[in-house]
Amino acid sequence: MEIHEYQAKEILTDFGVPVPRGGLAYSPEQAVYRSHELGGDAWVVKAQIHSGGRGKAGGIKFCRDDDEIWAAADELLGKRLITNQTGNAGKIIHRLYVEEASEIANEYYVGFVLDRQKERISVVASSEGGVEIEDIARENPDSLIRVTVEPAVGMQPFQAREIAFKLGIDKSLSSQAITALLGCYRAFRDLDATMVEINPLVVTKNNHLLALDAKMGFDDNALFRRPNISELRDKSQEDPREMKAADRGLSYVGLEGNIGCIINGAGLAMATMDMIKHAGGEPANFLDIGGGASPDRVAKAINLVLGDKNVRAILVNIFAGINRCDWVAEGIVQAVSKIDLELPFIVRLSGTNVEEGREILKNSNLPIIMADTLHEAADKAVAAWQDYEKTQA
Amino acid sequence: MAILIDTNSKVIVQGFTGQTGTFHTRDMINYGTNVVGGVTPGKGGASHLDRPVFDTVKDAVAETRADSSIIFIPPPFAADGIMEAADAGIKYCVCITDGIPAHDMIRVKRYMRRYRQEHKMVLTGPNCAGTISPGKAMLGIMPGHIYIPGRVGVIGRSGTLGYEAASQMKALGIGVSTSIGIGGDPINGSSFMDHLVRFEADPETDAVVMIGEIGGPQEAEAAEFYRDNMKKPVIGYIAGLTAPKGKRMGHAGAIISAFGESAAEKVEILQECGVTIVSKPSEFGTTVKSVLDSL
Repeated sequence: MEIHEYQAKEILTDFGVPVPRGGLAYSPEQAVYRSHELGGDAWVVKAQIHSGGRGKAGGIKFCRDDDEIWAAADELLGKRLITNQTGNAGKIIHRLYVEEASEIANEYYVGFVLDRQKERISVVASSEGGVEIEDIARENPDSLIRVTVEPAVGMQPFQAREIAFKLGIDKSLSSQAITALLGCYRAFRDLDATMVEINPLVVTKNNHLLALDAKMGFDDNALFRRPNISELRDKSQEDPREMKAADRGLSYVGLEGNIGCIINGAGLAMATMDMIKHAGGEPANFLDIGGGASPDRVAKAINLVLGDKNVRAILVNIFAGINRCDWVAEGIVQAVSKIDLELPFIVRLSGTNVEEGREILKNSNLPIIMADTLHEAADKAVAAWQDYEKTQA
Repeated sequence: MAILIDTNSKVIVQGFTGQTGTFHTRDMINYGTNVVGGVTPGKGGASHLDRPVFDTVKDAVAETRADSSIIFIPPPFAADGIMEAADAGIKYCVCITDGIPAHDMIRVKRYMRRYRQEHKMVLTGPNCAGTISPGKAMLGIMPGHIYIPGRVGVIGRSGTLGYEAASQMKALGIGVSTSIGIGGDPINGSSFMDHLVRFEADPETDAVVMIGEIGGPQEAEAAEFYRDNMKKPVIGYIAGLTAPKGKRMGHAGAIISAFGESAAEKVEILQECGVTIVSKPSEFGTTVKSVLDSL
């Protein structure tokens, strides 16, 4: 789960990480009011969306007076911001964060990650702040400082010192930097984070250390024990299709193709989508119905995919181990017999109770195209989709 | 003697009396697995599926001489169950549980370092379908009948895609020596490479199929191990060609978050290391067959 910048800053402040003063705004009036509250003569109005690359996309505005703040807030609120990470749909801006502007002398990158190679928490830092880490890794890999934390004892001050000195942070700020780094680590560990990124961490012209931007991600599997984090979820930042699916207990990822997929198991789902691509089509979604799916759950999955306007054909691919093909077939009949099915609907069943499942579909007299193998299923789905497009043209 | 499990394996089930544990234990017993008992804290002394229930894994091991364990414990408590098994002297543990927090797995992996290599429990999973040595024993939730005994080893992250591969192979008369699910989590008990080592040394295995997916470094690491250390052929597939960056595709670990983690990049690494690539997931059977024919 991701959270907004202002939420991450609030959390990190509690762990001793210094951040600029700021306030949240839902309207231009409020944005101006926040700037008066903060005082000073320059502010930054920042779009709060779950994505990086906001600056380049025009989501961060530097302002010098009320009119500029009003204009910036008015322009941003309600707009869908498209960054290099959001996809074409972009993310809607409902919240702004108004911050006092800082005069930057030096910028650094600091990121804490769940290191899958080392199976521990690792810190990555670079003196090239304000740039995306992928770009640093590609263009200046030698500038990267890596430190891995021993989980039995946690991050040690000497490790934080090493990072601070290697980054070249002014020695008068060393102890602040060490507190901030150790604070990030404790936040990561104590809150089941999967990512904490401060980019940039800056030293201002009047020699203050500040986390100018902050990003945190959390382990979905651990949210059951982090109720305070779960509360920070902002549904407006999620794909509405994905949100609907999550509410129905289905694992779903929306994509931009037009063959809707209903599959059991994440690996088989990805492989089926690969097959669609090989056959010349594009999947509209990833959808895993999970194990032991009831007819009802299958019907919900089908309705969810049918509800996506981009879908022009549907492929159900089930290899039942702990699922049952007869239940899946019942779910299909339940969902499809209630509607006037126009779209081509391809079903491949295999595994537990496959004969019963096929029988149910045959006896339903629904216009379902059956396939025996994965190969046949993908070919038939793509061919049926292409035929359907012709009839619509 | 197959790797990891065999007819001699004495198996206990952790999370024995729960609905999931009961359902799959029945299947494993029917398959011929030697299930000697189970553990459900607080229910020690009872009998379930005609087998004794114990309060702790230590009690179960003392009483039954169990050497293997399979875990069906709910996610909040599963990591604890894994460590309990390791502490009780279990040699091989399969963790089926999906949804264990990653930080818990960091703790598990750190905890396991207390044991010397020769005493260290082998863990596969979590979030996997388990391990099967067809005709001998099944420690998992897979439909046993889709596997026939044979001489091809299988290591995969996904359950159902593993079934797809096994059934394609079965259709061509190709059997499996052992099929191992390593699971779809970002931090798992053992990696592709850990099991390539075992298959390379296994006299009952001639070739290995490796079914990987997007996310993480383990497929690349395994490919490099193959290039530098293996004589037996490895056949590889990477699922997730159409997966966008930064999106979790069902499995907690199936997410492209760094360079080299996409399907295309991984396939390239595998190819460079000389792994035979299954170019489409409909071609597991035919690709394995052509490799076996050339041996």
